[in-house]
Amino acid sequence: MDSSNVPEFTPKHGVPPRLRDYFTGASSFQRQLASVRKQTPFGQTPSRRKIPQCSPLQENIDPQKIAFLLHKQWTLYTLTPMYRFSYTNLKQYSTLLKCFLAAEKQKGLAVEMGEDFNFKVTFSTLSGMKGTHRDPAAFLIQIVSKSQQSSKNAEDKVVWTGWFCCVYGDSLLENVPDDFTCLPLFLANGAESNTALIGTWFQKTFDCRFTRLTISAFNLSWMAAMWTSCNMEHYGTATELLWSVPCSPQSLDISYAINPEDAKALWDGVHQTPEEITQEEVDLFIDCLCSHFHRHFKINLSATRLVCVSTSVASAHTDGKIKILCSKYLIGVLAFLTELAIFQIE
Amino acid sequence: MALLRPLDKLPTLDVATILLLGAEETLLEQLGVAIIKACEGSAKVQVHVASCLPLPTDRECFRPRIDLIVFVLSLRSKYSLRTVEASLPHVDASFFLGKVCFLVTGVRQEPNASIHMDTVRKMATTYHSPLLFGDLEVECFRASVAQRLIQILQICAGHVPGLSALNLLSLMKPSLELTTQET
Repeated sequence: MDSSNVPEFTPKHGVPPRLRDYFTGASSFQRQLASVRKQTPFGQTPSRRKIPQCSPLQENIDPQKIAFLLHKQWTLYTLTPMYRFSYTNLKQYSTLLKCFLAAEKQKGLAVEMGEDFNFKVTFSTLSGMKGTHRDPAAFLIQIVSKSQQSSKNAEDKVVWTGWFCCVYGDSLLENVPDDFTCLPLFLANGAESNTALIGTWFQKTFDCRFTRLTISAFNLSWMAAMWTSCNMEHYGTATELLWSVPCSPQSLDISYAINPEDAKALWDGVHQTPEEITQEEVDLFIDCLCSHFHRHFKINLSATRLVCVSTSVASAHTDGKIKILCSKYLIGVLAFLTELAIFQIE
Repeated sequence: MALLRPLDKLPTLDVATILLLGAEETLLEQLGVAIIKACEGSAKVQVHVASCLPLPTDRECFRPRIDLIVFVLSLRSKYSLRTVEASLPHVDASFFLGKVCFLVTGVRQEPNASIHMDTVRKMATTYHSPLLFGDLEVECFRASVAQRLIQILQICAGHVPGLSALNLLSLMKPSLELTTQET
């Protein structure tokens, strides 16, 4: 599958204004984006996007690995391109990272690896976790602590997991120089102190930088619409939107749960062109839900802020926490997150 | 449905009147106080605050002539955008000859944004009116926004010799066109 098959993720539909607002530097990468931007009158975010689809490459992923990634809460980070990262040196990296962590632990820093130094760091690639062949391969880091009792049946405990990926990001990242590998999205699960330490190591080794990825209410409403539009054989959980009321001193949250079939029926009423979603449809979908709520409770949800969206496909929080529930749309979810991550590192 | 017109009343001597319009009532009130404070002793300014248009008709006769309408919207709530959108048709076209501006607040906390900046930008361009940004929640920013509004207001009220509202609009226009070109 080449990039021409995925037009919705190419920048010809415009690039978010965030890029434009910070458009002061003059790297070639930015210049390229600027030329792209001129084609849309107001430089909007892509005003239409493709409905999440499964990628043909996804079949290459080990189903066990997918299962391992699902149903876990991941904290999202963005990562600037890594300098001189090589997929052939993964083994070496795991040794280096292990030494680094052991050294930090000896210094008495808060490394949560269990009692002793008996832990293992593994780097492994997640082949197939990409949108097109030009996306760099995703890889996974795991820190496993071995139990003290060396009995063979004692299970190794996974202390920390993190993975890097880039799905359909190539079209937005055409001008990355050769020495750099761009995997803009990083997902971590485990103690935050460990994430920070591993982040430091990456920063030292590959000259890159980690930042938390936050999801604005605007993008959350996109997620709500995109994930509602997914066809599911059976729905695991209700579609739930969480709104936060800003004014009160202690935060007040309003949870709005809808039967997923009803949400899908509403979406089908709003949705017009197959395969793609437009900004107007997203707005209309959310406005319909809000006006229904207003009719019953006389509360204007549009005056509050959307902070969390959970559907049977995935759930996302504005803080940058995500849980992916459905393997079929894994790639679709990651593609959108990659897009957000690329726009944030700009 | 009374249309709000800029010139259907006589001006009050030496008094400029500003109308702040938007759904964020507390912010509007604070901004109003800041405006009054900023021009204490120097100029006579009346601040009117409304959450939406049309204005009630029963007190129409007591209302002074309005020299400048400021539509305040917060990027954080869609509701504020909707109210502004609903109010705009109640403003007479001649107001848009320099006597209207849009003020956007809540720009600094981008993760909280429910509205896209482009939506606002598009609206300001459609109505050919200047778009101002300022965080109304922080006192020092509020004060500087107030200063700026007073300066615009004095021109709109005709208190600055040799400069009219229309003049000001055309002076600000290059920046307007630049933003559309850039984007």
